[in-house]
Amino acid sequence: MTQSAVAPAETSTGRGGPGRSSRASSRRRMFLIALIFLAPALLLLGALVAYPIVYTVVRSFFDASGGQFVGFDNYVEMFTRDSTFTAIRNNIIWVIVAPVTCTILGLIFAVLLDRIRWATAFKLIIFMPMAISMLAAGVIFRMMFQENPNLGVVNAALVGINSWFTDESAYPGANVRADSGLIVQGGTIASDGAVEPGTEQNFPLVGIRADSIPEEAAQAEEPGSAGSDEITGTVWLDVIRGGGGENGEIEDGKSGLPGIRVDAVADDGSIAASAETDAEGQYQITGLADGSYTIALPASNFTQGYQGVNWLGETLITAVIILSYVWIWAGFAMIMIASGLSAIDRSLQEAARMDGASEWKVFTKITAPLLSPVIIVVFVTLIINVLKIFDLVYVIPPGSSKPAANVIAVEMWTVSFGGGNNQGLGSALALLLLILVLPSMIINVRRFREERSR
Amino acid sequence: MRKSLQHRLLLPVASLGVVGLVLTGCTGGGGTDTGNDLGDFSGETLEVSGAWSGAEQENFEAVLAQFEEDTGATVNYTSFGDQAATTLGTQIEGGSPPNVALLAQPALLQSLARDGNLIPLSDNARAAVEDNYSESWIDLGTVDGELYGVWFKGSNKSTVWYNADLYDQAGAEVPDNWDSFLEQLQVISDSGFAGISIGADVGWPLTDWFENVYLRTAGGDMYDQLTNHEIPWTDPSVAEALEVLAELFGNQALYQEGAVQRTFDDSVTQVFGADPQAATVYEGDFVAGNIADDGNSVVGENALFYDFPAVNDSEPAVVGGGDVAVALVDDEVTDALMQFLATPEAAEIWVPNGGLTSPNSNVDTSLYPDDISRQIAEALTGAETFRFDMSDLTPSAFGGTPGQGFWQIMISFLQDPSDIPGTQQALEDAAVAAY
Repeated sequence: MTQSAVAPAETSTGRGGPGRSSRASSRRRMFLIALIFLAPALLLLGALVAYPIVYTVVRSFFDASGGQFVGFDNYVEMFTRDSTFTAIRNNIIWVIVAPVTCTILGLIFAVLLDRIRWATAFKLIIFMPMAISMLAAGVIFRMMFQENPNLGVVNAALVGINSWFTDESAYPGANVRADSGLIVQGGTIASDGAVEPGTEQNFPLVGIRADSIPEEAAQAEEPGSAGSDEITGTVWLDVIRGGGGENGEIEDGKSGLPGIRVDAVADDGSIAASAETDAEGQYQITGLADGSYTIALPASNFTQGYQGVNWLGETLITAVIILSYVWIWAGFAMIMIASGLSAIDRSLQEAARMDGASEWKVFTKITAPLLSPVIIVVFVTLIINVLKIFDLVYVIPPGSSKPAANVIAVEMWTVSFGGGNNQGLGSALALLLLILVLPSMIINVRRFREERSR
Repeated sequence: MRKSLQHRLLLPVASLGVVGLVLTGCTGGGGTDTGNDLGDFSGETLEVSGAWSGAEQENFEAVLAQFEEDTGATVNYTSFGDQAATTLGTQIEGGSPPNVALLAQPALLQSLARDGNLIPLSDNARAAVEDNYSESWIDLGTVDGELYGVWFKGSNKSTVWYNADLYDQAGAEVPDNWDSFLEQLQVISDSGFAGISIGADVGWPLTDWFENVYLRTAGGDMYDQLTNHEIPWTDPSVAEALEVLAELFGNQALYQEGAVQRTFDDSVTQVFGADPQAATVYEGDFVAGNIADDGNSVVGENALFYDFPAVNDSEPAVVGGGDVAVALVDDEVTDALMQFLATPEAAEIWVPNGGLTSPNSNVDTSLYPDDISRQIAEALTGAETFRFDMSDLTPSAFGGTPGQGFWQIMISFLQDPSDIPGTQQALEDAAVAAY
């Protein structure tokens, strides 16, 4: 706009008299006209870009209330806070992982989809996440990765697959009645101390829901008398529905627990004999030699089964958020690279193929180098984008893993508006972010300039 | 003094006026008279602002309508939403504050009072407050020895909600002290359900746990000192409260696993939803709303609550919140409205409609629409000690920021309740940075 408007003005003055004063005045007029046309843009840039940056710099030297000049205190505080270091570390992880993954995936999609029919349909599907707002995508991912398999689809799938291979035990989560002289070790419930043949060992258990015990279970009975080479006992649910009764006693209303394996473990740790409880919860281990045994209910009776992965915990949270980012932005990289691909000269690829180059050779020696300008643009754009990542990190982690997932933009927001109300420190963080983004912006601007001069 | 003398002269005259109006039927309303001789202020207009909107606004306007009827004054209510400080600040700057404002933050009451923007209650209004409110509420409305506020609405954050079906099935009983509370949770966990569900993905429910325990172990005075950071968080009293909490948090058998990733809403669903996994959930009276929204349990039938259990024979104590009415204009009609708001009759207009828990001790509790709201209100007015939610009184950088300060340190404490000195030091460091 400005250029085309200025050009005729120049030619018109050129055609006028060549006098010195008229040249100076025409230059002044030219400058004025340029200024008039530039003014709206300058005004907007000044108000929306330059002023906020300058104000942020100024603000970062004042305290939380904004009334007191504190010099570099905010910067000192910024670099002595643990949360800033976590944020910087996470930002580094982000910058290393996310743009590379997105670009590589985008490249693979673009090159592969270039050669198949229905490419547009596939591209549309891969590009679709771009149409979803980051916030909504974050909510979706948070739901998907919930730890509870009843809520999170990812863990539901993992648990489902796992249950194909392992059987869940009949009594998951069972525990012993406190003060019953039993010990729990690694899920195995055992008698505390040695038991000799000819005696009894009872197991009052709790923590099992009355409505989840098998149907054949009957009222618990006292164990039968043990022969000289036998150990007998009862395993029962030591809870009466509705309460009452005496803990550790076999009483009316307490159910036996059938189908529990009971091992007699010899002193050397080997299993001497084993038995299974019947409907009344009674078991009878026979054929025992003299000696002492530990009676154990192995952990296989009580295993909880596979519970899925703690995706949103402190260790995996950043990985999950980066995954959601890649899900969204791989489509962007693909579209950009695909457009670059459609613009390159196909005859070069054809020629290479004619000369007998393999497809891999064609890709590495011809396609990839021709695509490199657009790949770099995509890469640098993604780096800038990733450095200022906010929404996903703000939405996905549950409160307990928020500190572990922190990034600079979120830290800046929390400190200045999210309850900290310290906009001085927040401004310092904003400047740190600006400084980190600058190099990639300079690279991008340079590339644009080179391209134009070409 | 001058003011009160003038008032004493004015009252009989004004009451005559009211009688006259009622006799001649000039007020036009024809409704019931509350019998308050507040005076005749026909033709005067009052501006009242508060945070309430929607149903709350309608109910409060019904209260104000009674005042209009009694006095002939016109009262306009406007809602400032959650922008109390900004809105009032602008109006005060502009020289036209509302006559009466309802504030939800004691800190705002204090700062407005110290800046001289609030009018202390007249002797009559003070007498009405002293007749109707317990000491804790009077203290909460007092700044530097002057009484400014009439607490019109209260909330109770010392309620422990339980699924009565699961309690009955397990044979658990309503506990009356902390040890019995832990025993009952064990009884429930024996029956195969988690004793209690804690939703601590954000720290605020945990700060409420701490506040309730601390108020019981250390008492109201220490609570105030800790709130104002006059004693450090490394104080032995804090350690004592954390030790009590660790009895629960350190015993994985008592509460549902996965607490630090569970949202508070989910913890309510875990207890009162379609497929309950736990029997108890602790939080304030607003849990009744969560249960009603979920729709699988019925408040008052199988969703019941008991008071937060006493620790070491502590007296009944309640942590909560509320809305306080303050006067910003020094005139007779404003004073009359403040007197009116302090009477049980004012609250009793709203109480039967639901949604108001009145801190006024003389409100007839039989007027509450259901047993649960009556029980909540009786716990609130019957408490020996009432304290405002501590995390609302501390600087927000300490007590109100997700991921930082009090909230986050309590999450860490839930994850590792064994390190009490470390937790105290972390709290103290965060407090020093924020105050």
